[in-house]
Amino acid sequence: MKPVFQYTKGMTEVSTSYCPGCTHGVAHRLIMETLDEMGLLGKTIGVAPIGCSVVAHQFMNVDMCESAHGRAPAVASGIRRVHPDKVVFTYQGDGDLASIGMGEIMHAAARGEKFSTFFINNCIYGMTGGQMAPTTLIGQRSTTCVDGRTREQAGMPLKMCEILSTLDGPAYIERVALCDPANIRKAKKAVRRAFETQLSGKGFTFVEFLSICPTNWGLTPPKAMEWLKENMMPYYPLGVYREPEVQ
Amino acid sequence: MAEKVLMKGNEAFAEAVIRGGARYYFGYPITPQSEIPEFMSRELPKWGGKFLQAESELGAVNMAYGCGAAGGDGFISSSSPGIALMQEGMSFLCSAEVPLTMLNASRGGPGIGSIQPGQADYFQVTRGGGNGDYRIPVFAPASIQEAINILYDAPALANEWRNPVMVLVDGLMGQMMEPVLLPEPKEPLKSSDIPKAKPWAISGSEKGERSVVKSLRLQPEVLEQHVEKLFEKYDRMERELQRVECTDIEDAEVVFVAFGTMARLATEAMELLQSQGIRAGLIRPITLWPFPYGAFDALTDNTKVVISTELSMGQLIEDVKLGVRGRFPVKLIHRTGGMLPTSLEIVDKTKKILEEVR
Repeated sequence: MKPVFQYTKGMTEVSTSYCPGCTHGVAHRLIMETLDEMGLLGKTIGVAPIGCSVVAHQFMNVDMCESAHGRAPAVASGIRRVHPDKVVFTYQGDGDLASIGMGEIMHAAARGEKFSTFFINNCIYGMTGGQMAPTTLIGQRSTTCVDGRTREQAGMPLKMCEILSTLDGPAYIERVALCDPANIRKAKKAVRRAFETQLSGKGFTFVEFLSICPTNWGLTPPKAMEWLKENMMPYYPLGVYREPEVQ
Repeated sequence: MAEKVLMKGNEAFAEAVIRGGARYYFGYPITPQSEIPEFMSRELPKWGGKFLQAESELGAVNMAYGCGAAGGDGFISSSSPGIALMQEGMSFLCSAEVPLTMLNASRGGPGIGSIQPGQADYFQVTRGGGNGDYRIPVFAPASIQEAINILYDAPALANEWRNPVMVLVDGLMGQMMEPVLLPEPKEPLKSSDIPKAKPWAISGSEKGERSVVKSLRLQPEVLEQHVEKLFEKYDRMERELQRVECTDIEDAEVVFVAFGTMARLATEAMELLQSQGIRAGLIRPITLWPFPYGAFDALTDNTKVVISTELSMGQLIEDVKLGVRGRFPVKLIHRTGGMLPTSLEIVDKTKKILEEVR
């Protein structure tokens, strides 16, 4: 009998601890399945952030370490110096990467560090219980802006792909969305392109996943998917911000 | 045969740690140790090593954490305010049991303070400025040669204990020149040998079981177990790593306690007092943690007073009092803010103290 589906060896046989409907599981699976398909599982080192996905190393079946909050790109830069021939990636949320870790991500990108960063943008701090993130949209409610974020009080949300694309260091930057099968398929292609570009030695690669947080948004998963499309996509346009070929 | 050369402190420190096997340096410029990153950027590539200038001290310590977690023998250096920024990383390194060699060229504080020699980082380095229960061995050499010997051994020591190791100097030691013997270079660990030498490291290799380097333990009973395991290690360190040098303490009526630069001045003061017929001795802790409390047990009833001699407002004195255990009066002679006393100033203050306690 021919199997129609096989679980990837890239994920451990452990149920994830993420909330129902959370897209972390989807993002994990895309990354690990891609590494599996590319035959890279035994050659990869991952760095988990602080945030909900601090536990990513329990599910991603490769050598991994935790990092202090926001410092994953610095940690990956250190790993890269010791193992220049391995595949290295960081997996970071919006609070970790775009707030406390802004210095580390900017400088790693500017140096053209040869690792891939997978950035989960769900416009909120998840693990700490739904506070305003650097990516929280104007008007979006959180526990630290209960009437909705205002420009006057908190300034404007950060667009990481656009910011990083002002730098010369990155080789590949793309924003994708985890909101429906077609977009998830595109997201997987972006993951593959990031690893291929890393292997070609061209420089830093960055994929932003627009993601949902049904728990802290206070929406059911299907409504959260709709909210992503209606609110996040207009402010955070999908697409390639740096083509690896154009160097 | 080792070669005798005249070397400036900062360059000697860097050369020694390279010869000791460290091949990865991460740093951010800060006075009075900026010659170390300059030297490393120039020299380390010649040894097949890698230099990376970090965006901040936060970047540097976390690069070093990544390097150590991946099995590399790393080195970082900074000075007091920079070391303060690195404390979070030290807590992580200790919890995750990642080896690293670190150097603090301490200066006057608090705040940005001054760039002159200071020892007010005593609490910062011995008590740990980072969060949680952890310990870091701290070595305080008093000469360039002693610093060389300690830094040469430090990468191996960090690996043996799977723990960071700190060497505490100051700008004076960094800037002065002394004739030194450089030890023969050790064979560094190759990246390809890491999976075998350090199977716990994240080396991205198919070695059977995968490695995870972490400090998160959400279940309190699991974390408690982990910390208790760490403290079994720290208990062994307390027994095995203590180092101290005692001079003329058996019949001394006044005993100085001093480390690093201050120990050099206290030695001079001790000799001046001895030449005037006053029996003076010196306890020089070489490890500040573990502190050589046992050295104080050798003091006899001849002793009238123990004087903590330090470049801070009274930090070392707390460990001195723990060592003395109430047997003798404990007094303080100190300068701070980057000021150094002369040996004559120490002698005069000691005579006044002796009049008080006699």
